[in-house]
Amino acid sequence: MSFLLPCPHCGPRPVDEYAYFGEVTKRPEGTPSLRELSEYVYFRDNVAGPQREWWQHRTGCGEWFLAERDTRTNEVLGVFLPEPTRSIGVGPAGAEPAADAV
Amino acid sequence: MRLPPQPSELIDRSSRVIFTFDGLHYGGHPGDTIGSALYANGQRIFSRSFKYHRPRGLLCCSGHCPNCLMTVDGVPNVRVCVEPIRQDAVVESQNVLGSLNRDLLSATDKFGGPFTPVGFYYRTMIRPRRLWPLYEKVLRNLAGLGKVGGATGHARRYDIEHRRARVLVVGGGRAGREAATAAAAEGPGVVLVDEDARHAGVELEGVEVLAPARALGIWEGNLVPVDCGTVLYRYRAERIVVATGALEQPLLFPGNDLVGVMLPSAARRLVRDFAIKPGSRAVVLAADERELEIADDLREAGVEVPRVVDLREMPLSRIDADSHKGRLHGVRLEGRGIRCDLLVVSAGRQPAYSLLAQAGGKVEYDPIKGIFVPTDLPESIEATGSVTGEGCMTVNPYRAEARKGHADKCFVCICEDVTTKDVSRAVAEGFDSIELSKRYTTVTMGPCQGKLCQLPSIRLYARSTGMSEASVGTTTARPPWAPVELGLLAGPHFETARRTAIHFRHEEVGARMMWAGPWKRPYAYGEKPEDEVRAVHESLGLIDVSTLGKILVEGPDAAALLERLYPNRFADMRPGRIRYGVLTSDGGRIMDDGTIGRLADDLYYVTTTSTGADSVTAWFEWWNAVWGYEAEIVNVTGALAALNLAGPLAREALQRLTEADVSDDELKYLDAKEIEVAGIPCLALRIGFVGELGYELHFPSPAGEFLWDRLVEGGARPFGLEPQRILRLEKGHVIIGQDTDSESNLLSANMAWLPKLEKEDFVGKLAVEHFSEREDRERLVGFAMEDDVVPAEGAQVVIEGQPAGRVTSARRSEVVGAVIGLAWLPPDRTSDGTRFEIRVDRRILGARVTSGAFYDSAGERMRS
Repeated sequence: MSFLLPCPHCGPRPVDEYAYFGEVTKRPEGTPSLRELSEYVYFRDNVAGPQREWWQHRTGCGEWFLAERDTRTNEVLGVFLPEPTRSIGVGPAGAEPAADAV
Repeated sequence: MRLPPQPSELIDRSSRVIFTFDGLHYGGHPGDTIGSALYANGQRIFSRSFKYHRPRGLLCCSGHCPNCLMTVDGVPNVRVCVEPIRQDAVVESQNVLGSLNRDLLSATDKFGGPFTPVGFYYRTMIRPRRLWPLYEKVLRNLAGLGKVGGATGHARRYDIEHRRARVLVVGGGRAGREAATAAAAEGPGVVLVDEDARHAGVELEGVEVLAPARALGIWEGNLVPVDCGTVLYRYRAERIVVATGALEQPLLFPGNDLVGVMLPSAARRLVRDFAIKPGSRAVVLAADERELEIADDLREAGVEVPRVVDLREMPLSRIDADSHKGRLHGVRLEGRGIRCDLLVVSAGRQPAYSLLAQAGGKVEYDPIKGIFVPTDLPESIEATGSVTGEGCMTVNPYRAEARKGHADKCFVCICEDVTTKDVSRAVAEGFDSIELSKRYTTVTMGPCQGKLCQLPSIRLYARSTGMSEASVGTTTARPPWAPVELGLLAGPHFETARRTAIHFRHEEVGARMMWAGPWKRPYAYGEKPEDEVRAVHESLGLIDVSTLGKILVEGPDAAALLERLYPNRFADMRPGRIRYGVLTSDGGRIMDDGTIGRLADDLYYVTTTSTGADSVTAWFEWWNAVWGYEAEIVNVTGALAALNLAGPLAREALQRLTEADVSDDELKYLDAKEIEVAGIPCLALRIGFVGELGYELHFPSPAGEFLWDRLVEGGARPFGLEPQRILRLEKGHVIIGQDTDSESNLLSANMAWLPKLEKEDFVGKLAVEHFSEREDRERLVGFAMEDDVVPAEGAQVVIEGQPAGRVTSARRSEVVGAVIGLAWLPPDRTSDGTRFEIRVDRRILGARVTSGAFYDSAGERMRS
C-alpha cells in the first residue's frame, strides 16, 4: 500500500501518514438484541468496491475524516469531514477500534 | 593484457589500483570494474553455479546475470562486473569448496544430473523424517550464493530519504536522455536514474542525474524506490518515463553456459570500455545488426573471427558447444566443428518491460517480432525507446538437444541451474500453467529476476506444451527489478525509546532499566526490590510516573464528552476532585484506565496507562468527531513530568517543600490541587495506586530532575517498576492489559460498581447490559499461595485435574507474608477462601481465593 490519500486539511499525502479505523458502521439504537449488537461490533461488509471508511491524519494534522475508497484499486473517490451528531443511533459511528489504533 | 588505447576506453592507464582476490594481489586501473580487472589479469572463471557448481564466466558484463557474484569487503553477492575497482578491496569467490578453478563440489555436475532433477529434495529426502535437519544442512552448504558475514548488518549504515520529482526518467540511454531533456525544457524537477556508473558524470541541462542507481520498482501512487548504494530515495513522481531499453537474450543449446560463451554486450564492453581482448578465436551468432557489429569490434581488437552467423537468415537447427575442463574450446554448428575460445551469442533483444508491468501496464506477445511488448500504460506512466519494442526482435532461442550420450546440459535459467529437461519434465508432470511451473522449477526466481530467462522459458514452455506464446503469457512482474541489499530496505537502525525527563538520574544512581511499552523505565534501583517496597510501607518512596498518558479536555462540553466516553459519572464531580475511570469499547472490552481530575467546570485532567496515551487521545478525538462536542483534547504527556511520592511520611516531606497547606483537611484523598513545590508549579493529585498515603505531582518536564532531587534530599527513596508492581498487587489493583485481555469486561473484572447504567448513553453501555444478563465465563480474583512458590504469569489453574483458568500476576509479598496474585477462575469458584490448584513447572500447588485487597483492605492507609 503506497497510495496517496488527500487529507481535507493538508491535501494528498502518503497513506502511511494516516491511521485507518475501518469501514463506517451504524451504531444500533434503543435496546438492540445480542445479534444486532454483535453485528455492529464484530461484523463488517468487507466490500470489493467503493467503501466509506474512517481515517485519521495521525502523523499530520490529526484530523478525523471519512474517505470513499475503492478497495480493489485504492482509488480515493472523495474525502469528507464527518457531520457530527449526538443522537445515539444516528450518523457515523464505529464500534471496535482497529487493532493498530488502540 | 590490454589492447592499445581505445577511443572510448574508460580506464586511466596512468595509475594503478591494487586489490586482493582470494588472497592474491591483482592490479587494475581507475575506471575498471573489479570484473574487468580480473578478466584483464587472465581470470576466466568468476563463479560456481548454484546447484551443479559448474564454472561460470562473464556472460552479460552489465550487472544482470548471476555469473560474477562475489563477496567484496564482506558484502556477499556483489556483481563484480559493474562494481568499480577500489584500492585494497578484499574480493572473495563464494559457493565453492576449494577454489574457483578447482571446486570439489563440481562433482555434483558429473554425477548429480540424473539424480537431482527439479524438486528432487521434495521427493527423495522425505524419509526418514528425522534426517531432514541433516539433509537441510548438507543442501545449504552445497547450493546457494554468498554468506552473510560480519561486515554486513550494523557495520554498514543505510539511509532512506523521501523525495519528489515532477518527471522521473528511468534509464539513461539515448531515449531516456532525450525524454529527460525534453521534460527539463518544460520546467524543473526532472530526475534521471541509470544503473550504469558511466552515467555518473553525465550532465544534462536541468536534469538531476543519479548514477549508478537502480529503480527497484513502481508502486501505487507512483512511488519509485531508487537504490543508490547506501541511500534509498523514495521518489514520488508526477510522471514516470521508463526507458529501460532491451535485454539481449541467450540461446538455448547444450553447453550454453560454458566459460567463454558471452552475450554481445559483454564482448563489446570488454573491448570498448576496458580495452581487453576477450579471446583469441571467436564465433559470433546473433540476430540483429547491432549485435552482429560485435564481429568488427573483435576483429579490430585482434581476435580471429572464423564464423559469423545471422540467425535470422540461417536459423541453425543444432548448436553444440564443446568444452575442456569447463572452458569452451569449440562449437559445432549443425555438426560442423569450429575451434574457438569465445562464442558470442544472442537470440535478439527483448524489451525490459518489468517496471511498466508493475505500474499496471499490460504485456502482449508480438508473434512477428517474437517479443513481449508493454501496452495499455496507466495515465502518468510513459515508455520510450527500445522498451516499447521499437527495433527489437528475437529468433526462437531453442535449439535441439544434442545426441544422447554426448549431451552437455542446456540451461534455460543460469541463476538456479534449471535445464531445458527440467522444464520439459515439469510440463510432463502436469504443471500446465507458467505461474505454477515457475514455482516448481524456480525459473525466473533467481538473482536475474527473469532478465535472461523469462523469454526463453516462455518460448520453451510454449514449445513443450504446444501452446502459443501469447496464451502461455508471462508471469507477474514484481519488485525488486534489481537485486537490493536488505539493509537498504530496512533503512537506518533505529530502536526508538521514550525516555522521561528524569531518565538520566535513574541511570546515574544505577537503576536497572527495562522496556515498558515504548518507554525505558527503572526496574529497581538496588538488588532487592523488596527493600524498596518496605521503604514505601514504612517511610517514604518516590517513583517516576512521567510515562503516564496525560490529556487535557477543555470546553463547555468537556463534562458531557467524558460522561459519554466513560461508563461512570464525571459531570457531577466538584472541581478539585478526582475519580477513577475505565474506558471500554462498544463491544464492552476494557481498553484503558486512569484517573480523571476536574480542575474547573470546563477543564478535566485525564491520565491514562503508560502505553495508552496516544491511542486514548485518538479514541477521544474520534468519538468527538462523531459527536461534535465543544471540547478540545490535548495530549500533554511529553510536556509534563510526574512523580509519585508515597509512604507514611509523604505529607511531612511534601509540606517541607511547599507553602501551600497539604494537610488532610486541605488536600483530602482524591483531591486535586494546584500548588508550588520547591518553587515549581505542580498539579498535586492525592491518589493511592501503591496503597499508602501518596501524592502524584504533575509539573513541566524541564523541572523533572530538579524536583526529583529535592524530594530525594527530603528523604524519599527511589523505587522502580518492580516494587510498584508488588505494591499494587498487595492492594489487588489491576493492570489493564496484564490482568485483563480482549475478553475481559467490567463485570468479569470485578468492576460491576463502575458502570452507571442509568446514563442515557456511554461507549460500551449496550454490551454491559447484555453481559449483566448472562453468567460470566470466568472472573478475576485475588489468591494467596499455600506454598512459598511464585507461579509464572500465565500459569494454569487446575480444578479437579482439569485446566480451568490462568494466573495473570503473582509476586511474593513481605507485608502479607505470602505469595499473592490475580487469576481468572470459573465464577462458581470465586467465593472467599475457595481452594484451587495451580500448575507450577510439574507440580500442582494449592491456592485460596482472597477477595478484596491483601493489604489494608479498608484503605485506611491511603486515606490517612
